[in-house]
Amino acid sequence: PVSAAHLLRLHERFDFLDKDGRGHLRPEDFEEIRELTENPIGGRIIAAFFPPEKERLDFPSFVRILAHFRPIGKNRSRDRAQPEQANSRTGKLKFAFELYDQDRDGKISREELLQVLRAMLGLQVTEEQLRSIAERAVQEADIDGDGAISFDEFKKVKKKEPQGLKPAEKTNFCHVWFLRSHWRKWTWSTR
Amino acid sequence: MGLHRHAGLWLLGSAMLLCCVSPLKAELKNSQHESHSNSNITGISIVTLKWEHVKAPYLVAVWILVCFLCKLVIEANHHVTSIIPESALLICAGFILGGIIWGADHQQTFSLTPVVFFYYLLPSIIVDSGYHMPNKLFFSNLGAILVHAIIGTCWNAATLGLSLWGCQKGGAMGDLDIGLLQYLLFGSLIAAVDPVAVLAVFEQVHVNDVLFILVFGESLLNDGVTVVLFNVFDAFVTLGGAQIDAVEIIKGIISFFVVAFGGSLLGMVFGILMCFLTRCTKNIEIIEPGFIFVVGYLSYLTAEMLSLSAILSCVFCGVCCQKYINANMNENSVKTVKYVMKVLANGSETMIFVFLGISAIDKTIWVWNTGFILLTLLFIFVYRFIGVFLLTWPLNRYRLVPLEFIDQLIMGFGGLRGAVAYGLAVMMDEKKIKEKNLMVSTTLIVVFFTVIIQGILMKPVVTWLKVKRATLHDLTLIEKVQNRVFDHMLVAVEDISGQIGHNYFRDKWKNFEEKWMMWMLMKPSARKTQDHVFSVFHQLNLKDAVEYVTEGERSGSLEFIRNDSVLIDFKKKLGDDMLDAMPDVTADTSFDQGIMLPFRRDPVPSVSLEMHEQTMNGLREMEDLNSHHLLQEHLYKGRKQHRHRFSRNHLSINTDEDEVQEIFQRTMRKRLESFKSAKMGMALPKTISKHTKKEQQKTPNGKNRISVDEDYEFSEADSASGYDPSFTYRAGGGIENPAFMADLDPVVPLQIPPWLAEAELDSGGVAPSQRAQTRPPLTAGDLRRLAPLRISTQSTDSFMMADIPDAEQRRDSFDLPPPPPPPPKDGYHQ
Repeated sequence: PVSAAHLLRLHERFDFLDKDGRGHLRPEDFEEIRELTENPIGGRIIAAFFPPEKERLDFPSFVRILAHFRPIGKNRSRDRAQPEQANSRTGKLKFAFELYDQDRDGKISREELLQVLRAMLGLQVTEEQLRSIAERAVQEADIDGDGAISFDEFKKVKKKEPQGLKPAEKTNFCHVWFLRSHWRKWTWSTR
Repeated sequence: MGLHRHAGLWLLGSAMLLCCVSPLKAELKNSQHESHSNSNITGISIVTLKWEHVKAPYLVAVWILVCFLCKLVIEANHHVTSIIPESALLICAGFILGGIIWGADHQQTFSLTPVVFFYYLLPSIIVDSGYHMPNKLFFSNLGAILVHAIIGTCWNAATLGLSLWGCQKGGAMGDLDIGLLQYLLFGSLIAAVDPVAVLAVFEQVHVNDVLFILVFGESLLNDGVTVVLFNVFDAFVTLGGAQIDAVEIIKGIISFFVVAFGGSLLGMVFGILMCFLTRCTKNIEIIEPGFIFVVGYLSYLTAEMLSLSAILSCVFCGVCCQKYINANMNENSVKTVKYVMKVLANGSETMIFVFLGISAIDKTIWVWNTGFILLTLLFIFVYRFIGVFLLTWPLNRYRLVPLEFIDQLIMGFGGLRGAVAYGLAVMMDEKKIKEKNLMVSTTLIVVFFTVIIQGILMKPVVTWLKVKRATLHDLTLIEKVQNRVFDHMLVAVEDISGQIGHNYFRDKWKNFEEKWMMWMLMKPSARKTQDHVFSVFHQLNLKDAVEYVTEGERSGSLEFIRNDSVLIDFKKKLGDDMLDAMPDVTADTSFDQGIMLPFRRDPVPSVSLEMHEQTMNGLREMEDLNSHHLLQEHLYKGRKQHRHRFSRNHLSINTDEDEVQEIFQRTMRKRLESFKSAKMGMALPKTISKHTKKEQQKTPNGKNRISVDEDYEFSEADSASGYDPSFTYRAGGGIENPAFMADLDPVVPLQIPPWLAEAELDSGGVAPSQRAQTRPPLTAGDLRRLAPLRISTQSTDSFMMADIPDAEQRRDSFDLPPPPPPPPKDGYHQ
């Protein structure tokens, strides 16, 4: 069930981003979104929109990637034909996983985690502290003891998250909730 | 109102201060005698008690003091206020005070009169609400707010009035002399959700922004609506049922709209006036903040005078002008306005609640009719929920972000009634409405019930509905990091996909605003700082300057000696390179530091890491704690979490500004680096961006893929290419303004993000993008626009150009033949 209205809206956005009317987007089109410059991992997210070694993004791919963030809707049962949808929990996690996994070897190494941490922590945290945090974090998630986080291990970490919330961190739990509330209307399907 | 009574009450006030209530009676008697004897003395007295002269202001001051002291006492007990909302406690304090007065006087001398409430206490709260309104949030939800405020209030009023009337016909509440119109009048006065009460409760319960602005915005606007409705029905009641025909009803409806929209328009006019005023207050900065208050108050009074909606006028006055006056006034004035407004609003709120409590202790107003009161309570509660659901249902079909069922429940539950209803109830004319006292007492009960009971329940209900069974479980580090990554990711995707569909109109409005409103209402000097990027950049520069000074002071220290010579060597080379590439940036040491800091190798890390691996448990736990703490403290927050919120009690100083700057700086630095590396990519086949190198070099254990030698090679190559004259010149112009490269430069394709560069490492080199090859290199014409942003002095001419980043202009200038390049600045090369 493709909702034309939503595709249309996305297309508007696409045209808006595509200032020169080239019909495809480039990383620098994304970089012009001012809010992204204030996002510590904005660069990674931009990169995630582009397949390796490519610098163009046409509209179908744009939609396909945004489709990751569709809510896990009620009409899931209807689409039983496709078992693995982009917006499934796994799909979303996969997207996040790839934000970490820059060398695409299927594992988050300590270094990769360290890079993310470095981007996300204030400058006043010293390198040493960063490193010890990364060390600990990998150890926490690392089940098979290979010193890196595989996708399966990554999934398990996230699985604990929804019930593991302190009231104070309620707003953090937006990963599921936020997606649902903000993206319910986006019920286009991937083509 | 005899003298003795006031003297007694004045003493009562002081007695309250001293907290000695028990000997009150005796003291009162004494004091009465004393004051009598004082006034009987004839002849010259050295000291006379001129009570009558100062009576009124004195009483006001003492009452304000007493109210503030109540708040002080209440706020001292945090464990109580965390369960029972402050507003409820203040009302209870009012009960106690009222009881004391009643005990002393056997009569309620003080109560909340409509005049005091509507002319003195309410305006300050409304001005504050308007002025501190989170504008973006407000306007993006304006549709829903208006629907709830207008239609919802009418719905509440109509259903309540009709149902009560029906119940009376059915004989549910005995013999009452109330007609249908009077029921509707009652319904309209009690229909509105009260902003004071709502805010007092919602402030303590942290709900999401959208829900908050919906409830708060609705409560603000529907106060205006309810006052209008009240006036219309009041007029109907005066006319009497017989004389009301279709014409009158139509006139009533028209007057409703005229009053509401006229009030809003008037407010906007006053807002614009305020902007103009602050535009020319350069020489009288000291009373600048005064204008805001006076004009704001005048907007309220003027609307009242013209019988337009004063509340709406005041709200829109604040909403319209906040942006411009904050830009126009100097920083201290802005702060003053903020703080004084909070003081006034918070003080008024406190007094309103205390006096609501006091007013209740008065035998003369209490008329009990169980049926009427209970049915009112029931209907209010039920119809509020029904109204919210009914109105949200169609709204949700058009909203991109639908309101969830739980949000609607909270909205319904947040329908607190407050002092506005009471003020209106007291204003009713006893001659026209026989059962006024019953209505007043019912209103009071409704207010107390909603504020106290619903207020207390609000927090548990919110927690219960939001998180079912919140089990306490400590997040692991990785989870914390991941949650934050998810936050950032979602925010970014939201940004990319565009927000909630208002873009088109927002862009249009923004253009209009930039073209006309800013020009008209803002000082020229304020106008340029409005540009977000510029202001960030400006602040960064300020920071850099400060750091430069501190660095200079520190330069004599042993800092550098501690690093091994290799690093110093390396640093030198890099420094040289940077001097070439970006003369200005190297001047600010922060950049220097930023690059250097990660390079400075710690002598300890390998040791400490081993320690990690073999530590005993105690130490590990300490480490854990530390890490958790660190994460908690320093993780950048997603944008969602620090949007502006309105709060009357806590003046939030925007702490995230620093964070935004920091992230911004880092992003730009990264882009700058990748920009450089991309440049290098043309001259040098194998280039690795500094970023990745830095990181890999830092890794503590043996995983370093890149040796120090390579670093050398890299830096040499770097500096070598730096000597390439054409590159030097270009970079010298462009790079020093990292802030503007992304937005203004058409050369952005040259920037390959570090990760991309890294990914392409495997494939052997960075292929310069198509556009980079086809497009001419950055020309001086382009650079001139950027020039003013660096710290060096430049003509103001180009400054203005930089001010208007216009895509069209950009493209045009690009197509023009490049003007002759300025002579290379030799001074910078060394």
